[in-house]
Amino acid sequence: MFLAAEHFVHAPEWLWWILFYFFFAGLAGGSYALATLLRLSGDARDEPAARIGFYISLLATIICPILLTADLGASWWKFWHMLINVTPGDTGLNFKYWSPMSVGVWALLVFGFFALVSAADAWLADRRGRPLLPGAINRVFMIVGSVVGLFITSYTGVLLSVSNQPVWSDTWMISGLFLASGLSGSAALITLLVRYRAEAAHSLERLRLADGYFSILELVLLVAFFLTVALAGQAARIVPWFPLWILALVGIGASLLGFRRPSRVSHGTETAALAPVAVEATVVSVLVLIAVLAMRAAVIFSAQ
Amino acid sequence: MATIQAGQEYGFFTDTSICIGCKACEVACKEWNQLQGDSPSFLADSFDNTGKLDAQNWRHVKFIEHVPDRSSTPGNGTAWLMMSDVCKHCKQASCMEVCPTGAIIRTEFNTVFIQQDVCNGCRNCIAACPYGVIGINQETGTAHKCTLCYDRLQGGLEPACAKACPTQSIQFGPLAELQKAADVRLAALHSQGVSQAQLYGRDDKVYGGLNAFFLLMDKPETYGLPNAENATLPSRNNIGGYAAALVTGVLGVIAGLVAFRRRGMS
Repeated sequence: MFLAAEHFVHAPEWLWWILFYFFFAGLAGGSYALATLLRLSGDARDEPAARIGFYISLLATIICPILLTADLGASWWKFWHMLINVTPGDTGLNFKYWSPMSVGVWALLVFGFFALVSAADAWLADRRGRPLLPGAINRVFMIVGSVVGLFITSYTGVLLSVSNQPVWSDTWMISGLFLASGLSGSAALITLLVRYRAEAAHSLERLRLADGYFSILELVLLVAFFLTVALAGQAARIVPWFPLWILALVGIGASLLGFRRPSRVSHGTETAALAPVAVEATVVSVLVLIAVLAMRAAVIFSAQ
Repeated sequence: MATIQAGQEYGFFTDTSICIGCKACEVACKEWNQLQGDSPSFLADSFDNTGKLDAQNWRHVKFIEHVPDRSSTPGNGTAWLMMSDVCKHCKQASCMEVCPTGAIIRTEFNTVFIQQDVCNGCRNCIAACPYGVIGINQETGTAHKCTLCYDRLQGGLEPACAKACPTQSIQFGPLAELQKAADVRLAALHSQGVSQAQLYGRDDKVYGGLNAFFLLMDKPETYGLPNAENATLPSRNNIGGYAAALVTGVLGVIAGLVAFRRRGMS
């Protein structure tokens, strides 16, 4: 048997700080990737929504290390030991490609650079009408940043799987699940914030369409997650968290309903365009974001 | 015992067949290592009130009580199994594999040791340890477990638990010598008809071999130890986990490109 199904372990007690880290990491990487896709695949009218994505990404990225450091408790001041080995006689940079936590810390640091530059680029474009980076360089920069961002969104799932904990180590689906839900949540959050930036309303329909696609992906992965965990004999651990799973499914369902009935944005004044979609989009987006958090909580708590 | 020398492999051979559950090892461990212990608890279903290995309990005498709920005919109430559990100091250590700080090292005695000044309390080792050995000390914010009395070894002394064990259930010494002694003991038990006796961690089937290995009187699972089939390293899931992320990422990007594609400037 490749995936172990018999466990005699202690729980690491990764609880609230880590739950919210997983949540914000999903939004940080997902928003960056969506903002890049909006710029690369959309047209000029998608630029305001793309900028919202880059702003979200930076804010979420700033929150991430704060949460991780808080989780260390009394040793919070030794957070930098993740990056630098202080063992006498063996000092130097710490990088273990086989340890997702080690890779993830470096990836978060690198992604912070991408998130900062792209947010600054968006801010300068907003304020001065002139971006920080020239077009071709910016495209390459955003693509590389998106790859790192997607890694940030998903590696947390690999981190859980690379353990000997029940549920987590019994499936490979958590990374994909976190990635799909991170993208879905990011689309929902950008949609939610579009109401504060009227000229971004043009992208609403596309964002909801994307959210629908991501939710289909998430649903497939969720089924695969349940099946693999059940086959490993650990179904009893995830069942007690059914209220959280229900919340996750409600979010996916809401997203799919919005996907089936995309709101038609009138192309009159942009303010008028927001009016018919504001309530529905807000409700769906909030449900999706709650689902992103609930799904991560269910996964984290089911092993502990 | 001969002088303890750096560069030589040392370990424990714990013979559970002669453990009497006196917990002298627990007490000696706490005294030497100045462990305050957890708040006293009464589990009410066992003579084992220590409960588990953690940051304050680096030795734990497990009581596996096969006592039937109802009275039984003489001989049917299986004897208690007792086992002084401890960090196994695995040759392929899961905790060491995942530790991102380099705090977990292998010492000159080939034991696994957590450097307290390097550990930052991330708890990845706790998630990885298949034996539930490691615990977090909330005061120091660092991970703790048996050090195999590293400080005593450096001073040429045997570990406190082995020193205190009145039945020599816990034996300390050079690994090769312990393995020979274990083989002799197992052969003796088998010759006496105790066919269920088996060695755990003596060979490399479990995490490449354990520096703290055991003679068990039942199958490993009975003692809360993963059998060879389930003794797997966390890194086994790296490829699968990243592959799932990669496939999802590709599909997600395609979905995004399709959803956001240009539709003309209406």
